[in-house]
This record gives sequence, structure tokens and C-alpha cells, in this order.
Amino acid sequence: MPELRNETMTVNMGPQHPSTHGVLRIVLELDGEIVRSASPTIGFLHTGIEKTCEQKKWQQVIPLVERMDYLSAQSNSMCFCLSVETLLGVELPERVRAIRVLIAELQRINSHLVWLGTHGMEVGAVSVMLYCFRERELLLNINELLAGFRLFPSYMRVGGLREDLPRGFHQAVTSFLDRFLPKLDEYEDLLTNNQIYRERTRNVGRISKEQALAYSLVGPIGRAAGVPYDVRKYFPYLGYETYDFDVPVRTEGDVYARYLVRVAEMRESVKICRQALARISPTGPFAIDDPRITPPPKDRVYTEMEALIQHFLIYSQGFTVPAGEAYVPVEGPRGEQGFHVFSDGSNRPWRIKSRAPSLLACQALEQMIVGGLIADVIAVIGSIDVVMGDVDR
Amino acid sequence: MDATTLIATLQEGVPGARVEMAPSIDLQTTIYVSSDAWPAVARLLRDRPELRFDLLAELTAVDFWPRAPRFEIVCLLVSIEHRTRLRVKVRLNADEAHVGTLIGVWPAANWLEREVWDLFGIVFDGHPDLRRLLMPEDWEGHPLRKDYPVQIRMAARVSEPLQVTEAQFRASVEQDRLSRR
Repeated sequence: MPELRNETMTVNMGPQHPSTHGVLRIVLELDGEIVRSASPTIGFLHTGIEKTCEQKKWQQVIPLVERMDYLSAQSNSMCFCLSVETLLGVELPERVRAIRVLIAELQRINSHLVWLGTHGMEVGAVSVMLYCFRERELLLNINELLAGFRLFPSYMRVGGLREDLPRGFHQAVTSFLDRFLPKLDEYEDLLTNNQIYRERTRNVGRISKEQALAYSLVGPIGRAAGVPYDVRKYFPYLGYETYDFDVPVRTEGDVYARYLVRVAEMRESVKICRQALARISPTGPFAIDDPRITPPPKDRVYTEMEALIQHFLIYSQGFTVPAGEAYVPVEGPRGEQGFHVFSDGSNRPWRIKSRAPSLLACQALEQMIVGGLIADVIAVIGSIDVVMGDVDR
Repeated sequence: MDATTLIATLQEGVPGARVEMAPSIDLQTTIYVSSDAWPAVARLLRDRPELRFDLLAELTAVDFWPRAPRFEIVCLLVSIEHRTRLRVKVRLNADEAHVGTLIGVWPAANWLEREVWDLFGIVFDGHPDLRRLLMPEDWEGHPLRKDYPVQIRMAARVSEPLQVTEAQFRASVEQDRLSRR
């Protein structure tokens, strides 16, 4: 009888693999179908945004940071603005805070929908993808209504928002929320008790609570493993302590638990959206009234000399920010997110550092896939919801 | 726990550590720790029951060139049990830009420290795998340093398709595996 060969095989997965959500490369060492070691390689999408930001004026940074985590653009620009506003020491009007909460929660639903669609498709449930993108289209329409731009609206500005809410905004959001909850039940019908999906995801890619903490996995991955940390509850910002919502926590720590946590989070987001919407009056202040930071209304620019000068100064020189550093943690769709901004007192940032939850999730990938089957690698990569723009920046 | 008690606890727990308050605009408690004591202080911050900073939320660096000390390592810590946050900074001079690694305390520090090495050129002593993370492996210089030019021209590189024998391929894979251990 010939001797059985027992050497391992090295397989290069990515960077062009469709299920790596962009350009993640993983070198897998396989023993038959079992993954013996894995080493993720990143950096293929590195564009040096943090270095570029140092050359820009404060308000010019917003479109750049929106393109880091391209599935949650409004969340990125919101936490950047919050950090800069902390340095400036400005207090936002109550209405602006409620609008930001509403937009951030819509963004969370948007991001989770893309995640659910692509993850479902990768494990074989293609129809989920079509349904999720149908609802996401409505959210992109709301973005278009807000700012004329669907993916990267740049609607958040330092000191508030770019302009007031458009006519019909309340109605558009209400009709989306009314439509969305029954649709969410439909997705759950397709997956939650689906035997194939459960077999494919339960006990796959497990991590313990201790591992999640050690690898700084917060957000949905951490909460699926039993870490109850949610920035909105632990370190409230924008008045989140006044909203009534729950934080879903599971203890299994596998792919299925991450799915359940994210779906439950979407339901909580709908609750928050309804409460925020009730607080927002159709018209009112949409930015702080500070001539150094916010540009004057356009009709005054055309008629008054002072307003024209103010407009010109803000758009040519920008505004200065007091020297120092600030970091405001925000619960983004992928976990704690935030921008650590350093200022030297000039009109350009000295340094900007984005806390990238996807980078840490990518780092922990090795812990989740070693010892499992190669087919499960796809399910695990999908479940940690990495956005390579956020990993590589 | 207020900042004065925190500093007293740390200085008592790690003899010889220099810990001092740092100014902060965003009202986040911030302390400076001397670089030689940093990993020991970090371990204390994680393990003391009344501190219990079990989450390393962020580790990054800032280049204040031409000011001295030139670099600052900035860490954001979270204690989930006590619902507190802390910012720890380590100041480093340009000619001795190295500090002990935190991998033994928080494994998450692995890639974060690689990123800092890649973009700032700060060495983490004891790091098992200090390679570039974001930039290509053959890149020269550390791009986020302030004396690194923003726009530089690099000669276009052309690479020929690689032809290796099976023996060479196996040797390369084996070498890669050894380097990762």
C-alpha cells in the first residue's frame, strides 16, 4: 500500500477574491480541508488619507474621511466633526444633535443591509442580497434628497449641517421606517430558522469573550461574544442617554450570533430613528451661529458686504482650531469609531488618526479561522464585516 | 478614580516609573508615562482590580517635528467594568525612538504597533513580527513623519513574471512560515 502524503498545502486567497470584500489577501496553510495557519496581508488599498488630511483645511477633510469607511460615510464625517467641535468648544443646537442621531442610525441600517446582503450571498442565500439592496436603495434616495449625493453626501459640517432639511424629508424617513420593519421580518424568515444557513454559521468562527477583549473587538463582533460594550450606552454623545433603546448581546461568539446581533441592532435603530424624528421640527437651526466657522446664508452673501467677506474668508482661509487634541468615541456600524485630531492652532490639522474597527477585526481573523474548514473562511470574513477602505485608509 | 490617585497608584505599583498629568482640552484624563516604564505600567493598568483597563481602543503616534521630544505614542484605554476611559502618552526623542511592545498585555497591539513602525519608524522592542503593515515591503522612509515630503516621484518599477521551480517555491513558503513564528 502506498504511503499517504501528509504535507500541507499553501493557498493564496485574494487579494482579488470576490468574497474578501475588496482587497484582503490571506495566505492559508491547509491540511486537507482544515486551515492550519492563516496570515492576512493588508495595505493594497492604502491611499494615505491621513497624510493627505494634514495638507487640507479643516473643512476640506470631511469628503476625505467619508471615503475611508465607504459604507458608513455619514458616521465617519460625524465623528470627525464631533472631535473638531470638541476642540473648538462649541455647543450644538438640540435640533442638530437629533438630526445627527437620525442620520447616524439610518447609516447604521444602511451599512448592516449591505453586510446582510453580501454575507447572505456568500453563504448561498442569493435572494437576501437582492432584497437588502432594494431597501438600501430607499436609504440612498434619502441621502440624495438630503444632499444630492447618494454615497458620500458630505452633509455633516463642523458646527452643524450643510443646509436645512429638504421639504418632504420627514415623510420620506417615515415611509422608509414603516416599510422597513416588515421587510426585516422577511429577511429573518429567509435566514434565522433556515436549516442550511444555521448549519453553515453556527459554531463557526467562534471567539470567546476574553479573546474579543484582548483583540479589541468591540461593536457587533464583541457583543456577539458577550462583551456588552456599546459607546452609545457607556459614553453617551449627542444625547443618546435620552433615547430609549436596548443593546442586543449574545454569548455564543460565532457567525450566527453576529448575524442575530446585527439584525436586532437594526430593529433598535428603527426605534431610535422614530424617537429622533419626533424631536426634529421641519425647519429650525441647522448649524451654530458662529461667523468664524459657519458660512452665512447665500441670500445674505449676495446682498451684504460683511456676509460676502465672511463667506470669502471661510472658503479661502478656513477657520483656525485651538491647539490640542480631542477624541470623541462614537458607536459606528462596526464598533467604536472615532477621529483622534491634533491641532497646532492653525487652519490645517496637525494629524488625524481614524480608529478603524475593521483593522482590528482583520487582525483577529487568524484567531477565528485557524482550526476550521476552508469553506468556513468565507463565512467568517463575511461575518466580521470588514471594509477594506477602513482597514487600509 | 481621580487623576491624582491614579498617578499615585501607578508610581507605587511600578517603582521608578515617572508618571505625570498631561493637559487635555477634551476633558479626557491624560497621563504621560516614561518610556522605560511603559509596558509595566500598562500591565498594572490592565490588572489592578480598581483600574481594569481591559480594552486597548487605540494606539497611534504623533510626530511633533521639529519640537523636542519629537514623537508621542498615544494610547486610548477603556475600562468596561468601571465605564472609564484613559489616554496615556509616551514621549520619545528622535534619536531614541523606541519603546517596549504591548503585545504581552493586549494582543491587539500587534498590528497597531506595526502600523506605527511602518508610518513613523518607531521601533517596538520585543515585537515578534515588526514588518510594514500598510506600505509595500520595499518602501523607503516613513510617510507620516513630518519631514517626509508629501509629493515625491518614485521611478516606475517593472517586474518580470516570476518563474520558480517546485523546490524553490517550497523553500520560500517554508521560510515565510518560519519568519511568522
